[in-house]
Amino acid sequence: MFITAAAAVLVTMALALFRSLKGPTVFDRILAINSFGTLTVILISVHGFMAGRPEFLDLALVYALINFIGTIAVTKFVTYGALENTTDENEPGDI
Amino acid sequence: MELVLDVVSWGFILAGSGFCLIGGLGLIRLRDMYARKHGASLIDTLGIGLILTGLMVQAGFTLVTAKLFLILVFVFFTSPTTTHALARAALNSGLVPDVDKDSPIKQGAVPSKK
Repeated sequence: MFITAAAAVLVTMALALFRSLKGPTVFDRILAINSFGTLTVILISVHGFMAGRPEFLDLALVYALINFIGTIAVTKFVTYGALENTTDENEPGDI
Repeated sequence: MELVLDVVSWGFILAGSGFCLIGGLGLIRLRDMYARKHGASLIDTLGIGLILTGLMVQAGFTLVTAKLFLILVFVFFTSPTTTHALARAALNSGLVPDVDKDSPIKQGAVPSKK
């Protein structure tokens, strides 16, 4: 049962990788890597169940956190060219 | 009773895998970056949702189910945020969505704040 889930996730990962390699714009690549990260979360959870190791789910949770942060950081970097001091004068900085 | 749980979790996991595949296919086949976002968000919502629910059914009432539920709650809140941030960034940096020809966005009136 878990084998089918793992196989489906691996095939979808291949599709996402193909999109990230082929994607014309940089946003396609970020999109593909974001779904690749979510698929990794699923793969870690399923593998944790297959191998009978419940602590894998902590890895999956942390991976989901990092995947979110990474995608937002890359998106910001792509649009503003930098990660820090990107708020221009007439827009009040939030932090 | 054990058989019922197995059948239910098997159904969830199969459905989740199917949605993952459909999302992946959408990621490949759809024409425009904004359309591909539908495929990607299909994976983020139903793909991970159904597979992890299947795992939850398999695990029963244990700490493992709590962790799985936490993962689901987190992904439930963050995946729309990333999708929104990405779409806004793409729109602001001038990626014109491939919509019908006479829409204002098509004529380059990209509502970018910069």
